Amino acid sequence: MSSMQAAPGASGAWRKVKRHWQLYLVILLPVVYLIVFKYIPMAGIVIAFKDYNVIKGIWGSPWAGTRYFSQFFDSPNFWLYMKNTLGISLYGLLIGFPAPILLALALNEIRNGLFKKSVQLVTYAPYFISTVIMVSILIVTLSPNVGIISKLFALLGVENTNFMGIPSLFKSIYVWSDAWQFTGYGAIIYIAALAGVNPELYESARVDGASRFQKILNIDIPSLIPVSVILLILNLGNVMKLGFEKIYLMQNPLNLSTSEVISTYVYKVGLLGSSFSFSAAIGFFNSVINLILLVTVNYIAKKLSSTSLW
Amino acid sequence: MASQTVIRESHGDRLFLFGIYLFLTVIFLIVLVPLLYIFSSSFSSPQAVISGKVWLFPVDFTLEGYKAVFRNPQILTGYANSLFYAIVGTFVNVVLTVMLAYPLSKKTFYGRQFVMLLLVVTMLFDGGLIPYYLLVKDLHLLDTRWAMILPGAIAVFQVIVARTFFQTTIPDELSEAAELDGCSDIRFITSIVLPLSKPIIAVMTLMYAVGHWNAYFDALIFLRSAELFPLQIVLRNILILNTIDPSMVSNVDQMLAQQGLKDLLKYSLIVVASAPVLMIYPFVQKHFVKGVMIGSLKG
Repeated sequence: MSSMQAAPGASGAWRKVKRHWQLYLVILLPVVYLIVFKYIPMAGIVIAFKDYNVIKGIWGSPWAGTRYFSQFFDSPNFWLYMKNTLGISLYGLLIGFPAPILLALALNEIRNGLFKKSVQLVTYAPYFISTVIMVSILIVTLSPNVGIISKLFALLGVENTNFMGIPSLFKSIYVWSDAWQFTGYGAIIYIAALAGVNPELYESARVDGASRFQKILNIDIPSLIPVSVILLILNLGNVMKLGFEKIYLMQNPLNLSTSEVISTYVYKVGLLGSSFSFSAAIGFFNSVINLILLVTVNYIAKKLSSTSLW
Repeated sequence: MASQTVIRESHGDRLFLFGIYLFLTVIFLIVLVPLLYIFSSSFSSPQAVISGKVWLFPVDFTLEGYKAVFRNPQILTGYANSLFYAIVGTFVNVVLTVMLAYPLSKKTFYGRQFVMLLLVVTMLFDGGLIPYYLLVKDLHLLDTRWAMILPGAIAVFQVIVARTFFQTTIPDELSEAAELDGCSDIRFITSIVLPLSKPIIAVMTLMYAVGHWNAYFDALIFLRSAELFPLQIVLRNILILNTIDPSMVSNVDQMLAQQGLKDLLKYSLIVVASAPVLMIYPFVQKHFVKGVMIGSLKG
């Protein structure tokens, strides 16, 4: 790589390096970090193609070919875990992607004042709550008879329900609590984009007699498209990377049929069950699908709207 | 936006605006009420919480839940550990992030495209859980404090934010002038770049610190000894797995009262654990918003 770049003027490049040798000294430690903690694990993915043996280590263990991949694809739960992963991700995107845009558009209509500030202060706050606390809040507020949300449902005639134990509700609880926690934070970036809209546009819309709604439709929404396309690409590219942390904490024996996803399965099989190679194969499959998705979505976005990550 | 207009707003517009106020009020309440409920419950008597008398304000004010929280040695150890991980971890994070981001912001830094590529690839692809775990194991970091600090020492997103900041606030002319005056690169970083970058360093510190305080995954997979557990793991054991050391609930004989105190303790614990972050949050909100915006400039 560097020799190729150096080809046109090797001595010039060397002079640059020599003049700024201290910058190389500064960057050395972080680069070593990247290689050790990011690139060695990438190479370690060969474990998925090996019969891992603790004593022989990753490199000394015998090859297993694609046996662990077939084992996963053939297992009866493969499609279930895929379905759960994609289902939760896409449902989450359906709610979590437009919600911050709506909030930002609404806040943008309001004059700066106490009300606007209060709404912003309160809606950003849940972002800072940890996943453990978030799930605890869900468990306490949804617990049968005692929790506040259960009590609200009791008023509507739905009594003594263990919401966390109902498989068909798992996705909704996950997605809507995420919306509760992250909509405010997600709106920040859109509010910033709206603040950057040229005021002359509003001025001429006003002269033309446009209504508030028409201004939103014809000025605000088009100005949010570049940012939202980028965020949509990133989100779609992470569809398979569905977070382990919250789902794992929300799982209980009653809801496993809808709550077991690939990342939680990788953890259980690999670290709790010590099937390192099998688990790594599933993880590798997941990373590859993710990469393909990201590249594809980026390509489509580039074709359609000329906005893309690279 | 068009508040100073002389033209009066039409009926439709006023109705629309009313709808927006209504919408925002509903959102505001949906977010606020659960937070308020938990806060109030933590100060109420267990009986009032169980019988459903608590909605927005404490009923039969008591500090029993908090007393139980601070009597628990596990929680105190977890609190101390989390403080340690947050302080030391954030320091390592910020130092390494600046060390990586500054050279990458210099056009004169030969090889910067290559290091950028190295960085971006890690965002697109990773080895997954098992190789990550085995690496930490092979480095003999399992069940040590280092396992909470080193594996996540650099967040690529923060590097990109810091690099964008350096590029836009530290003009090349400045470093060239300093170079002509015989100022070395390292001296330039410590005496010019760092003082000029206080806002971004503040934002980065906040983001990393909140991340450390709230993290539980690395602790879950890397730590075995209870004396190393951060607060989040202790919380998980008590709040989600429901394992409470009986000694915590002392001097209560009835089963019902015991159950009540156990529930009350959960509310108090949620408040105590979130307090540090939520207390500093209103003061740093402005910086935080700024950080998100710099990040969005060039994501």
